[in-house]
Amino acid sequence: MEGSLTSIINLIFGPQHPALHEPELFRFKVEGEIVVKAEPRIGYVHRGIEKLFEKNTYIKGIYLSERICGICNVAHTVCYCQVVENVMNIEPPPRAKYLRAVVHELNRIHSHLLLLGVAAEELGFDTLFMLIWRDRELVMDLIELITGNRVMSAFNTIGGVRRDVNAETIEKVLKVLPKLEERVKYYRKVFEEDPTIRKRTVDVGILPRRDAIRYCVVGPMARGSAVDVDIRRDIPYAAYDEIPFNVIVRDECDVWARLMVRVDEVLESINIVRYALEHLPSGQIRLPLKRSAPPGEAISRVEAPRGELLYHLVSKGGITPYRLKVRTPTLANLLAASKLFEGHTIADIPAILVSIDPCFACTDRVTLVDVKSGKSTKVSLRELARRGRE
Amino acid sequence: MIDVYTLKRLALWGRLRSPWILHFNSGSCNACDIELLAAITPRFDVERFGIKVVPSPRHADILVVTGPVTRQAAPRLKRIYEQMPNPKYVMALGTCACSGGIFRGSYAVMGGVDKVIPVDIYVPGCPPRPEAIIDGIVKLLKKMEAETYGK
Ligand code: SF4
Repeated sequence: MEGSLTSIINLIFGPQHPALHEPELFRFKVEGEIVVKAEPRIGYVHRGIEKLFEKNTYIKGIYLSERICGICNVAHTVCYCQVVENVMNIEPPPRAKYLRAVVHELNRIHSHLLLLGVAAEELGFDTLFMLIWRDRELVMDLIELITGNRVMSAFNTIGGVRRDVNAETIEKVLKVLPKLEERVKYYRKVFEEDPTIRKRTVDVGILPRRDAIRYCVVGPMARGSAVDVDIRRDIPYAAYDEIPFNVIVRDECDVWARLMVRVDEVLESINIVRYALEHLPSGQIRLPLKRSAPPGEAISRVEAPRGELLYHLVSKGGITPYRLKVRTPTLANLLAASKLFEGHTIADIPAILVSIDPCFACTDRVTLVDVKSGKSTKVSLRELARRGRE
Repeated sequence: MIDVYTLKRLALWGRLRSPWILHFNSGSCNACDIELLAAITPRFDVERFGIKVVPSPRHADILVVTGPVTRQAAPRLKRIYEQMPNPKYVMALGTCACSGGIFRGSYAVMGGVDKVIPVDIYVPGCPPRPEAIIDGIVKLLKKMEAETYGK
């Protein structure tokens, strides 16, 4: 323990902890009630997916990319299919692009509602958690209606999408959206006005705009700190160049702002889904399947629910990728996040943590090197024998 | 005057009527986890049957494991299993937990919970629907009942 101040103790948070639904470990150095330093220790969910991509064909890769993260699975498949399409030099038909946007937004709604529910739970507001999750089932039903699956949508494929929607489905979806909108507006009011929520979140975990830029945070976390970025608008993909929508930016820079950005984004997403379904172009939904890609290199970026997601594919020809690199939003956000805890009390830890909306299933796929080097430097710190590994 | 035998029966009865669950993610993609959470929320609401997700291994009767066990998580999983009081039951939730699923063959995963700790019930599906999870729990309760009253 550096510093050797006797009053500083290490507080270990995880890997099995009720506030984290994923096995991650945080080491907080606390002085009394105040956190002086926070160190995330990631790697428990590392599954070696990038290597698996190299062993599997492009087609199997779709299902693999979907399982990088089950919560934002559509963002992953959109990004994966786009990067393969870029290398293969094909362009999906317009109807497919619109359908991709629809499912992508439904996925964002479900992801944001999930997070808002979990945030409510962490703030000690269990009723709100249950209510939000109840209404989240409406979205799950819509996803199931359109894609055939509740969670893993398996909707996108290389060169288009796998299922079409008919007029009846569209009508059903459009009927549910107002119901959902009404509920979300109610939750917006709760998050905006409830004194308990405000007390726990306003001015907590401040990330000033300058730091947000310096740490390169992405997604709702950046937009909650007044950084106006959104890949959907900045580098439009799928049908986003034709769909009008607002990018939500707030300048409060605290936990509350990050939650409010998400509530408002849900409302925006509902509008996007509605617009896309009402203006759905006709035509085919996918191109004939190509199995192999020419040699080449491509990247693709999408705005996942948690921020910018990037895939980089190198092909040397043939039916398997030579190398696929994935960079997920949580990795970018986590580094900045460790700073947010400093100076706050232990009771604020869960609130700050959920406001980042960490998704370690995504993150752990990319940090093998970090984990290895981190391991060698941190071994001496793993003094708490009850948690010792190996 | 209550004798020891009656007290034991009472404990068993309580366990069967209200099994407490501990959830551990040993490297899953989160989809199984959110489906498990969905099962306790109002649409499916298993809490009305006394099934409750608890935060500590020491309070739990059933350990629900999701995900192909990664090499990093395996020692933790074992430790959590050891911390649970007897009798303890393990449920492997999702194809990954059953066999390693799509990640089988990766250098980083062990492939299936049963490689590390004994499993009592497997619930396949990627991810299993909340209905399937509830069905799995009910089947496990039947098994527990048969084990305690059967002999
Ligand atoms: S079984 Fe499927 S949904 Fe569950 S953790 Fe594995 S990949 Fe994810």
